[in-house]
Amino acid sequence: MSDLSRRKLIIRGVAATAGVAGLGVAARIAQKYGLVPPDHAGLYGPGETLTYASQRLLTRHSLAREFPQSKISHPPLANEIPPLKDEFKRLQAGGFADWRLSVDGIVERPTSFSLAQLKSYPSRSQITMLQCEEGWSYIAEWIGLPLSHVLDAVGVRPQARYVVYFSIDPDWWDSIDMADALHPQTFLTYGMNGDELPVGNGGPLRIRLPRQLGYKNVKFLTHLTVTDSLKAFGKGSASASAEGGSYAWYAGI
Amino acid sequence: MTSLESVRVAPGASAPSSASVATATTVTLRHSALVRVTHWITALCFLALLVSGIEILISHPRFYWGETGNVLTTPLFKLPVPSSRNLVPTGYGYVLPDQNGWSRYLHFQAAWTVVLTGLLYAISALFTGHLRKNLLPGLADLSWRSLSTTISNHLRFARPSEAEAWSYNVLQRLAYLFVIFVLFPLVIWTGLAMSPSFVSAVPATVTLLGGQQSARTIHFFVSVFLVLFLLVHVVMICLAGFRSRMRAMITGQVTGRAARHTERT
Repeated sequence: MSDLSRRKLIIRGVAATAGVAGLGVAARIAQKYGLVPPDHAGLYGPGETLTYASQRLLTRHSLAREFPQSKISHPPLANEIPPLKDEFKRLQAGGFADWRLSVDGIVERPTSFSLAQLKSYPSRSQITMLQCEEGWSYIAEWIGLPLSHVLDAVGVRPQARYVVYFSIDPDWWDSIDMADALHPQTFLTYGMNGDELPVGNGGPLRIRLPRQLGYKNVKFLTHLTVTDSLKAFGKGSASASAEGGSYAWYAGI
Repeated sequence: MTSLESVRVAPGASAPSSASVATATTVTLRHSALVRVTHWITALCFLALLVSGIEILISHPRFYWGETGNVLTTPLFKLPVPSSRNLVPTGYGYVLPDQNGWSRYLHFQAAWTVVLTGLLYAISALFTGHLRKNLLPGLADLSWRSLSTTISNHLRFARPSEAEAWSYNVLQRLAYLFVIFVLFPLVIWTGLAMSPSFVSAVPATVTLLGGQQSARTIHFFVSVFLVLFLLVHVVMICLAGFRSRMRAMITGQVTGRAARHTERT
């Protein structure tokens, strides 16, 4: 073996070792700063992690675009919803007076809120776009209260990393990181375009994440759990849609 | 790599050579290793982006202009294809299966790969002289006389000259420059403009295009242009000699008629 190729071999060996060590360090740093999504493993893990990490670094505090009243889509599109359960129909018949949102997990004061209680907090509104991963979109005025308000009320413990949220349909749930949970535009929505939130659009209560695609905006919310790990939820996939159709957990793109 | 154009190859080290090549021979490479590797990664990614892009597209094969669009609004145009969603009235009596889960994962993974590969290619093209020597057309080639000769040769499907086995002709150069510096940046930009999170940080990405649905429509048309480029590219390779051009892009070496031509000169 000539000198040249031996030198090349050594340089390549050092470069490879440095590369592996660099990746290891990068992974530790990424883990520490919450840049690794729960679906980071598997074939599409690298792409998903790059997307989530870069968008977290770039968009942690950015606000979704808000529009003037004149841009509101009339009529707002109500996407197809799964058949409503008897339980839902019973609550609907009672004008949703008995609808509850329970909040538990690693919080100081686990609480069950009625709709009236949620509506008693100062309400906010945002005119933002709902964008479906399929390609269609509409703009509406969404009325509700920031999720952070409810999280403050129950007292989230400092080790909290995710909020898991459940619809009345047990097969329909999802989760977000604390950056999204505490984001000022993340709403618990009960009204739309100056009126009640229609059932077709997720009434009586829907989570609204204008910086993520429609499928993260789960309808008919009944339950929130604050957690430090998503391992116990949905075999690690961290969302119901990820189990059903293996949709990406992070839907900022 | 010290030199883009040539490497020294020891006898018997590479492809079987004839007995006449007894001593070390300088084999001139048509394409550098970096160009070949980035070319095939790009080709693979483009295929993945195309297949996954079509899968995503059929979940809503309607296009709009402006900020919003859905089945309740008038489309700019509709594609006459069936859809993978019940929501879309297509006129077909059936709904295709939903493949968006893996399609979206694959689309973004391939996008990341091709963007990083493209950056590597573009940066090295600047520094190695590949851009100046192989891509930018010479001023003389841009004269109307020279251009019209090249165009008429192409229209008559004339066999490429032997020199063209070694260098891109002016139409090739213009086409490659257009794809690399116009279509690729545009397809990346319009792709990012569809990301609700990205545009929250950089709103101009979407407002400059006139809205999120406009971005989606432009993304579609740029993809169509890229597919057209691919088709012409493959047809041209077949006309110029599929085996020799493929060998040049895989091994880097030019053999046969064109190689003998350069040995003589």
